[in-house]
Amino acid sequence: MRRVQLPRIGTVAAWRREARNLAAEGVPPEAILWHVGDQSADLFMASPPGPTGTATTLTLPRDAVASIEKALCHSDPERFARAYGLVLRLSRRDLRWGDRSDPALYRLLAQEKAVRRDIHKMHAFVRFREISPPDAPRRAFAAWFEPDHPIVEAATPFFAKRFGDMDWVIATPTLTARFEDGTLSYHETQNRTPPPDDATEALWRTYFAHIFNPARLMVSAMTSEMPRKYWKNLPEADLIPDMIRTAPARARAMQDAAPTLPLDHIARLRLDRPALPETDGLTFGTLKPALDACRRCPIGYCATQAVAGEGPAGARLMIVGEQPGDAEDLSGRPFVGPAGQVFDRCTAAAGLDRRAAYVTNAVKHFKYESRGKVRLHQRPNGHEVAHCRWWLTQEIDLVKPTLIVAMGSTAALALTGSDAGITTRRGKIEEGADGIPILITYHPSYILRLRQGDEAAAAKAQLTDDLRLAVGYLARLA
Amino acid sequence: MVKRTLDEKLAILADAAKYDASCASSGGERRNSSDGKGLGSSGGSGICHAYAPDGRCISLLKILMTNFCVFDCAYCVNRVSSRVERARFTVEEVVHLTVEFYRRNYIEGLFLSSGIIRSPDDTMADMVRIARTLREQEHFRGYIHLKTIPDAAPELIEEAGKWADRLSINVELPTEEALGALAPEKSAQTIRRAMADVRVRREASKDKSHRGTKAARFAPAGQSTQMIVGADGASDGMILANASQLYSSYKLGRVYYSAFSPIPDSSAALPLIRPPLMREHRLYQADWLMRFYGFDPAEIAPKTGMLDLEVDPKLAWAIAHRALFPVDVNRAPREMLLRVPGFGTRSVQRILDARRHRTLRYEDLLKIGCVLRHAQPFITLPGWSPRALPDAEHLRARFAPPPEQMSLF
Repeated sequence: MRRVQLPRIGTVAAWRREARNLAAEGVPPEAILWHVGDQSADLFMASPPGPTGTATTLTLPRDAVASIEKALCHSDPERFARAYGLVLRLSRRDLRWGDRSDPALYRLLAQEKAVRRDIHKMHAFVRFREISPPDAPRRAFAAWFEPDHPIVEAATPFFAKRFGDMDWVIATPTLTARFEDGTLSYHETQNRTPPPDDATEALWRTYFAHIFNPARLMVSAMTSEMPRKYWKNLPEADLIPDMIRTAPARARAMQDAAPTLPLDHIARLRLDRPALPETDGLTFGTLKPALDACRRCPIGYCATQAVAGEGPAGARLMIVGEQPGDAEDLSGRPFVGPAGQVFDRCTAAAGLDRRAAYVTNAVKHFKYESRGKVRLHQRPNGHEVAHCRWWLTQEIDLVKPTLIVAMGSTAALALTGSDAGITTRRGKIEEGADGIPILITYHPSYILRLRQGDEAAAAKAQLTDDLRLAVGYLARLA
Repeated sequence: MVKRTLDEKLAILADAAKYDASCASSGGERRNSSDGKGLGSSGGSGICHAYAPDGRCISLLKILMTNFCVFDCAYCVNRVSSRVERARFTVEEVVHLTVEFYRRNYIEGLFLSSGIIRSPDDTMADMVRIARTLREQEHFRGYIHLKTIPDAAPELIEEAGKWADRLSINVELPTEEALGALAPEKSAQTIRRAMADVRVRREASKDKSHRGTKAARFAPAGQSTQMIVGADGASDGMILANASQLYSSYKLGRVYYSAFSPIPDSSAALPLIRPPLMREHRLYQADWLMRFYGFDPAEIAPKTGMLDLEVDPKLAWAIAHRALFPVDVNRAPREMLLRVPGFGTRSVQRILDARRHRTLRYEDLLKIGCVLRHAQPFITLPGWSPRALPDAEHLRARFAPPPEQMSLF
């Protein structure tokens, strides 16, 4: 039997060292007796070194190392032997890391989980009390905490990172962590008296008592996350029994109390409810708020905002797309998303100044379908296009364009009443409902949808050609 | 009026803040103070430092800057027409409380909200000043969550995002009509536009310029919102559809559902009820199904439908879709495994990992951490066969609590 003594401070690091040496010597797990702390000699002390097997170099997956080191902070005395056996089997490829059907690995992972929880609870439930000496440059705090497992070394670097500008001491029944002037050190616990009272605890107790809603009493939800074993070191915990006891009566009292009438003076404090925007006699200024309030069809309930057209009042050219997309819906401006970029490239190539034209959509709100974290565009149906046609007419009346370019079938439907195939109609001028000539072309998003490069390039060229046609048409009239 | 002490103010303004469900402090930027020049750390998983007997975690110092408010929202304890006691913190008081609580390890940071005083801009400016003082003067590196006021000026939102880890704007009620009826001063449009603004700014803050310089930070832990459940007539289907729209439209980190709870001094417009806590719980379960399990809101609850209060929504879905089961655990794709009751995302990942090496047996599922009591009727694998699935009624009866005789008195 081989006896391995591990120190109480730095246990895990020592185990690592020993395990590596023992594996290199080829000592089998059953021939080792692991011990923590300074213990007097025992029965096996004198026994000769046991048999040696095949030497093993320890190589482990990275997450295995982290898990094993955590699991070694468990209070189970068997943990060192189990972990040593496991690292040998893992290094010899006798075991797959993560295979929970292996009882030893299953046990180790369960203990790792228990240690993680214990560390988490220590991070949560340590309560510092101020012990700053007068005129010290750094403030000083102290806490007493009782963890289930020997986790002080694993858990306290967290506090060093969090409370870097103050000195602190956390004492536990076994070890004490001390952080002074930026250096963290560990000692055997000497002083077991809890730190002195702190006036701020009264404020904290007030907060704890008042953030509680008595109408939603759920004691088991509390005790499953804050078990009673921690209560004795929590300054707020002795309030709990009373809070639970009085809660039902407090909730009932709120329900039984009749609604009160508001005091007289509050009428003066109240803000006026914003008036609904007018839809008669629209101007460029009132168009957007009126559109925002539109609920003629259900699209408006889901969109962020309506997207009104953009462009100068007397624009001779009006360009109508289908509907706003995700980017347009967020920003409230037409053609700023991916399709807008295609549109910008085509207008530039056609020699058309976008700022001189009035750019708008046939439907003013974004219709979409939620799919996880994204919104998928949905084509507006005939009813929705028909409802929104009213707004498009308002815009046409305001702008009075000489020519309208309809991009895509939805715009063509809204402006000409027909959504027959665009491929055959594009590049031609049709008569609109109001007598204004309508030039029909592709929608820029059609180009984005085409997968093959050639087809997309051809469609893009056609869209550019059509826009050029519009420029020429207006130039001839001018 | 006698000047209130800090303790009295804290009592009033914590009482006023408790109806906000959110207390998350996870995610966001990784910071710490190991350089010794500041206080606090954040990033990674949040920590709940205490639990109140209502089962809610206390992670942040959740207070109102003031509970004076000019709005008159019927569901709110702080509405202008309520007779609750009013108080107002100064900037220094909030900073003092946050730092002193933080140093004693009571909290992860500050969640600051406020009633609207004078104007939305004034109120927001004061809140931003608190966050700025914490960051610049106290070198506070803990978590800050600011409740944003939808109508506040864009410069204030910009600055709020610079100091805070998370911004949130409450949609309050699931439908536009309910908001119009119960919160006359609030507008669903303005709220949605404010959330869109936060999303756009957050996306811009993640961009790098062509030289690689990073944009200014903006709410690194994202945005969240809260919806009150049970104050209006909205169905669970509507609530979930609305939540899924919010997730997809504004990239929210979380939507919180808050069961409408009795408040001191209620409004005649909204009679008090017992808070529908089970409904709230089922909505959270459904929310998880949407976000992590690939469920569509319409699958969990139809637009007009309510969730089953007796069995959880995943089980209810599986019972309604018995034809798709039993699932062969050794062959089924990930998407289908996620739909098996009793299998969580983590156990599904473990099943997939283990499957690559060998065929799984029934006993392995226990070790993997599946809840087999729920999974049994829906799975098949070596060592377990569910035989014929019973009809929907009997299947449901296995899981639902036993029927109770109505009281005669």
